[in-house]
Amino acid sequence: MHLVIIGNGITGVTCALTVRRLQPEARITLVSGESAHHYSRTALMYVYMGHLRYQDIKPYGDWFWDENRLGLVHATATALNASEKLLTLDNGSTLSYDQLLLATGSESKLFGWPGQHLAGVQGLYGLPDLEAMARDTHGINRGVVVGGGLIGVELAEMLHTRGIEPVVLVRDARYWGSVLPPEEANLVDRQFQENHVAVRYGTELREILGDAQGRVRAVVTTAGEEIACQWVGLATGVTPNLTLAKTSDVETDKGILVDEFLRTSVPGVFAAGDCAQHRQPGAGEVPIEQLWYTGRMQGETVAHTICGQATAYRRGIWFNSAKFFNLEYQTYGQAPAEPTPGLSSFYWEHPAARAALRIYFQADAPHAVVGFNALGLRLRHAACERWIREYAPVGTVLAHLGAANFDPEFTRQHEKAIVADFNRQFPALAVALKQRKGLFARF
Amino acid sequence: MTPTLTSPPLPASSPAEKLTLAAVAAGLLALLLAWADADAARRNTWFWLAMGSVSAGTLAWSWLKYGQHPAGVQQDNLWLRASTGRGAVAWVTGLVLTGFYVVLYWFSDGDGKGNFGLLNNLVHPLDGFSQWLRAKPADQWFLYGTFYTVAVLVMGGRALWKYRHSRYQVIRTISVMFFQLGFSFLIPGLLQFFQKPEFYFNYFWPLHYQYLWPNDVHDLIKNGQALGVFMVFWGAVMSFVATPVLTYFYGKRWYCSWVCGCGGLAETAGDPYRQLSDKSRTAWRWEVRIIYPVLALIIIITALLWVNAAEHGDVLGDAGPVAAKWYGFAIGSVFSGVIGVGFYPIMGSRVWCRFGCPMAAYLGLLQKHFSRFRISTNGAQCISCGNCSNVCEMGIDVQQYAQRGAPIVRASCVGCGMCSTACPRGVLNLENGPREGRTQASPLIHADSLRILS
Repeated sequence: MHLVIIGNGITGVTCALTVRRLQPEARITLVSGESAHHYSRTALMYVYMGHLRYQDIKPYGDWFWDENRLGLVHATATALNASEKLLTLDNGSTLSYDQLLLATGSESKLFGWPGQHLAGVQGLYGLPDLEAMARDTHGINRGVVVGGGLIGVELAEMLHTRGIEPVVLVRDARYWGSVLPPEEANLVDRQFQENHVAVRYGTELREILGDAQGRVRAVVTTAGEEIACQWVGLATGVTPNLTLAKTSDVETDKGILVDEFLRTSVPGVFAAGDCAQHRQPGAGEVPIEQLWYTGRMQGETVAHTICGQATAYRRGIWFNSAKFFNLEYQTYGQAPAEPTPGLSSFYWEHPAARAALRIYFQADAPHAVVGFNALGLRLRHAACERWIREYAPVGTVLAHLGAANFDPEFTRQHEKAIVADFNRQFPALAVALKQRKGLFARF
Repeated sequence: MTPTLTSPPLPASSPAEKLTLAAVAAGLLALLLAWADADAARRNTWFWLAMGSVSAGTLAWSWLKYGQHPAGVQQDNLWLRASTGRGAVAWVTGLVLTGFYVVLYWFSDGDGKGNFGLLNNLVHPLDGFSQWLRAKPADQWFLYGTFYTVAVLVMGGRALWKYRHSRYQVIRTISVMFFQLGFSFLIPGLLQFFQKPEFYFNYFWPLHYQYLWPNDVHDLIKNGQALGVFMVFWGAVMSFVATPVLTYFYGKRWYCSWVCGCGGLAETAGDPYRQLSDKSRTAWRWEVRIIYPVLALIIIITALLWVNAAEHGDVLGDAGPVAAKWYGFAIGSVFSGVIGVGFYPIMGSRVWCRFGCPMAAYLGLLQKHFSRFRISTNGAQCISCGNCSNVCEMGIDVQQYAQRGAPIVRASCVGCGMCSTACPRGVLNLENGPREGRTQASPLIHADSLRILS
């Protein structure tokens, strides 16, 4: 079997590694025009900030691909002829396949703003974006970041480390309003304040103004404010990259349409990761998942199907993480931003406003825990996942909270304060703390 | 193909920062003047001015640089600066450090009349202090000890500000500062004041190999009487009982990144260079090829010396003493000093600990096979960003484990905890736990089980 994978991001690479494990004899070729080797998209910001070099964000040494007989083609696939199972590459050659995985990822979403194509206006998704940003932020003093999500705060932090003043426009009344409840968003806002980053909430981009050379010189917000700047970062989300899929008969909508086995409408052609759109997403799941973790899981799942072990994609219990300046964030399970019927939530915040924990649980007995938000605390993934999977009552979880403590040694432990606070807020469910942190305590 | 990332101009340092850096530079200049000045009174003034200016300048700079920003990981422009990214400044620093060690080891021996070769002018300003502490004039080793201790304390101050958001790092930094100042400087000095043998209670065989060599054992017992017997006893117990027991419970970190003086210097003065350690598989292979033979060598030499002491050279001739002499030159001086510290700005702060230290090899074998220590990976939360590998001073590609959901159990890990501190997603945690399942990967992610870890 010759498996060709378009895209060498986490999805494509995970699929390649999994197929290599399942079928040691398979011929596997990864095609990417973006980079010669797989790199970690999530680490782009660290290269800009000088924490890491480009070679440091490659998860595998360059020797790895040859040793595991994973062929790398550094070119862009420009056309797909699915009936002849043939790809055309931009280096003039063609590539035939037996099975094809489209893992083409995303591209930055633009909303047709006037001036969005001016020089100095960009998103941050891949290496070309990083190169552009490194080039276009030289010697400037202010950049405007549009978007109140994860990339928005990253861009603000990146500019901040170069001594460039960021101004962030956030559509919602609070940071990441679609994901974070107000209390959590408030802690993130404290990070913006501490780092002297101006944020305009409830404000969107109306227009980008250019100068005579076609470079950005200012933006105008929906509040009518004109903000002078020399660079604009658009962090309003990404959309599936369908350029290749559109050259073929593969059925697409917003993304490449796939069934639960990540099969497209064309036999022998699969799609996974950012670019895939699930025809029937699982309950409470979205049709297009644009995350490192889901990309990895989809890549692994589709590899099984490709190898003849048809495996339906099951995301499992949700988890995610991020870091907002100096504030770490982890979430597990169901953690809605707004009050949800049938769900209660217990929120504890450290007086210094650098740590917080929210536990979501069923309002009705036995008050099964369904999700967690942690800020400035590290929770043990395995413990949270098990509690959610086993419908552990909130009382059990709080009594054994130490089992989920993943903070480094000597970090101040908050379990006592958390349980005391819980007992104040939910006297009817009051519990006593039974388990403190540590590996031994779990046994 | 590496993408073309234009190197940006670094943000300008504030005038206050420049002032503190100027104080450090002025201090180094004063040291040069002290070194070149034949006039005793003047060179004393230059010397102490230099010490004060370098120390105060460094501390003030650290306070401005790290203390004035919100507490958190502060690595901005680490690879972009010439001083920490193998630029010209780093090469000059490396040359100066290397040169200092060469001069110290081979060109500053005392002639018995109070002349200390090339370092003479820097040794004598310390006479007064040495008299006060040790009741004898300074020599080149006292100068070295003073520089070393000041470096650990001053750069320890820097580390305390830089890592103040992590209690693990703060406590650990205080520990290495405490052991350097107390155990490696004041106590050996005081012992000499009371005319007892100079003894370092925080160094053991096989790192401080002489402590279990016949000559030192005989001398300690002869000159130190009851205290000397205790010292020999202490050394043997630490090497053969305390080391396995403590390593079983806490991993080799109890020594390498909490107590050891070499580790102390690496964790403080060497902290700006930790990212420079080579993470490649090739480097790992060289590590294994070198460090275990060094351990074997010191064991063999120690055995030879005891045989030699027992049969007075009748059977083996001078094999033991000759081997010991060469070991002292090649490993004790060249490897641990000249290369170990001199190459900080180019190869990172743990070259000696990683490639050469027999104590680290011994502790590493214990850690890998007989310990409860591991660095746990938090389920499937790793995003393969590479920050953990970057800060690993021992050159462990931590990320290879983290992205597979596997715990890190490696002989070389000194447990500094920086991977855990630097991880932006809270994925890594140093833990002591049950030995069963210590190397088992998380079921929340599937290990690729390809030959990544060779």
